[in-house]
Amino acid sequence: MKKFFSLVFILTVALSAGLVAAQDETVTLTIESWRNDDLAIWNEVIIPAFEAQHPNINVEFQPAAPTEYNAALNAKLEGGTAGDLITCRPFDLSLQLFQQGYLADLTDLPGMENFSDVAKSAWITDDGSSVFCVPMASVIHGFIYNQDIFNELGLEEPETEAEFLSILQTIQDAGYVPLAMGTVDQWEAATMGYQNIGPNYWKGEEGRLGLIEGTAKYNEGGFLEAFEALARWRPYLPPGYQAISYPDSQNMFTLGQAAIFPAGSWEISVFRPLVDFEMGAFKPPLPEGADTCYISDHTDIAMGMNAATEHPEEARAFLEWMTTAEFAQLYSNALPGFFSLSNHEITVDDPLAQEFLSWRSECESTIRSSYQILSRGEPNNENDLWAMSAQLLNGEVTPQEAADTVQAGLEAWYEPQQRNS
Amino acid sequence: MQRSGTTRRKPFPIHIIVFLAPAVIIYTAFMIFPLLDSLRLSLYAPGESGEYVFVGLNNYQRLLTEPLWAPRFFGALKNNLVFFAIHMLVQNPIGLFLASLLSSQFIKGRAIYRTLIFTPTVLSVVLVGFIWRLILNPLWGISGDILGLFGIENQPWLGLETTALPVLSLVSVWQYVGIPMMLFLAALISIPDELIEAARVDGATAWHVFWKIKFPLILPTVGIVAVLTFVGNFNAFDLIYTTQRATAGPNFATDILGTFFYRTFFGIQLQPGNPTMGATIAGMMLLIILAGVLLYLFTFQRRLLKMDIQL
Repeated sequence: MKKFFSLVFILTVALSAGLVAAQDETVTLTIESWRNDDLAIWNEVIIPAFEAQHPNINVEFQPAAPTEYNAALNAKLEGGTAGDLITCRPFDLSLQLFQQGYLADLTDLPGMENFSDVAKSAWITDDGSSVFCVPMASVIHGFIYNQDIFNELGLEEPETEAEFLSILQTIQDAGYVPLAMGTVDQWEAATMGYQNIGPNYWKGEEGRLGLIEGTAKYNEGGFLEAFEALARWRPYLPPGYQAISYPDSQNMFTLGQAAIFPAGSWEISVFRPLVDFEMGAFKPPLPEGADTCYISDHTDIAMGMNAATEHPEEARAFLEWMTTAEFAQLYSNALPGFFSLSNHEITVDDPLAQEFLSWRSECESTIRSSYQILSRGEPNNENDLWAMSAQLLNGEVTPQEAADTVQAGLEAWYEPQQRNS
Repeated sequence: MQRSGTTRRKPFPIHIIVFLAPAVIIYTAFMIFPLLDSLRLSLYAPGESGEYVFVGLNNYQRLLTEPLWAPRFFGALKNNLVFFAIHMLVQNPIGLFLASLLSSQFIKGRAIYRTLIFTPTVLSVVLVGFIWRLILNPLWGISGDILGLFGIENQPWLGLETTALPVLSLVSVWQYVGIPMMLFLAALISIPDELIEAARVDGATAWHVFWKIKFPLILPTVGIVAVLTFVGNFNAFDLIYTTQRATAGPNFATDILGTFFYRTFFGIQLQPGNPTMGATIAGMMLLIILAGVLLYLFTFQRRLLKMDIQL
């Protein structure tokens, strides 16, 4: 018995000593993220810059694999083991977390005024009353090309769809693969294909909001034309594209076998260390007779605070710092291709990233058509677009059939679309 | 003394409990309880404010009738049957053939063949999936060169709706053919030599010896292999997931019950997970597997028992 008491005594002393020590030491904040590609950038650039100003806060970046992030984060939040800062997916996934009380309300966070309404649109409640994540970055769609091949064949960046198709033909005749893209992963066909060129056909926000209000449909007008334009890519895809995956197409491009990569700006930091040729970029080509260009400037990533964090003060300090020009500049340059959503004037050193960024002032910005509200039901609009875009490029369905299927899926549950049918 | 002797019962056999306890406790905690709890979950659905409401068998009705669920479910079921059929028609006959070759006295280096053929079985499925994806890759794969030797044109095998599922089934056959082979081999070498020698003396050919003597004697193993294949195939998931991801493309051509369950339960991209419908699919999988195993027990095994009695 005596032994037992002495053991309890020792344990008590040890524990309280530990607690005291923890109070004296710095606070550690943990960041949950799916960006495991960015581990080095956070650890070497962003976090040191913050810690230099806040010596009492220690930040740890703990990324998970992108495909496992959503499920892992949910499990961790439910189990109460999630980190203090949570990287937010856009729209419903984060909205759900906020409604379940896992994300803290950040509406009154100082510095929030540095973001436009469009920037905040992906992390705000439907009635616009509460913002729950600090917008970090968007990605812009376009085409990255191999300048050596363009020079060799004497090609110029295409402005219109007709020019684009004739360039693809020239490249093919010269023995290169024109477009580095496969359909086996499905999302490429939808994200880098349909959502890339689409805004030019459905006039950006006008078409996208039309879908949400029920005045536009996938199987007519611009949304159908975008499917038709995508179908015209078929002859220019690599041989065996039905079984070519996303990493395969990335490798084809970086090895110089393919001339053009239908891209998102995030590819810049992936390609940069791998290529030994000059890269250029052109924006989605305009359809016949159009004069305004539209780009997909998709709100992709933000940061929120775990409502159950033990260090809300410090977490808010970090989030506040994320609204500053310093963070915007650091982040946009550390990750060329991820463009800060804040209103601060920033300059990007990478010329290719700067090219993408310059389109913001030349063209109208919009986001992917299926992300806001439309992917809430079953069948999920985004997943339908994946499947049908891939099917279309595989030649299994016509553009009209693809569009009809996507529209039917939406009408199956989305009330504003049911009204007009 | 006598009186107390008659009332004294046999002491309770505590040692039985002690011996059974670890298995019972672990099995209950990690198998029976989750199984029952999953079945319970399949009877619920999220209500208006997100909490689970009891809905009886409604989820099962939705799965089997609603246009959103039924085509996916029956598509996955059909693909799973194809997957199973290819294993039964290719894997098990090849396994039997290899086993009878390896049980022959006249082949040298039997241990080496046995080891080589069994090796893929112990490899990680992730590794097998990755290797085969590379081999079959239309850009850098070697399948094109090899098929070219036989004058067959290379195809994007995993990207076509017609070929993806058969090709993946054959990859799975390649990986697991060692298991039926080993089971058949063990059964074949346990056949007493006298039986075979007696048949030979009576003038039976090798062909006759195999079909009239050996095959009937390993029939129980044939049944076991069939059931193992059935259970394994209807629980399969990993190979499809590692090669085609949870989208099980192209156009759900390789979607089997396991991937359908995964997509539904955990969600995919913007589609959030639906645990109750996921549990419903798991429930259906349990039913299907249970039906198959019961069919085996009540027809095949019972006939075997009768045969034993007659013998």
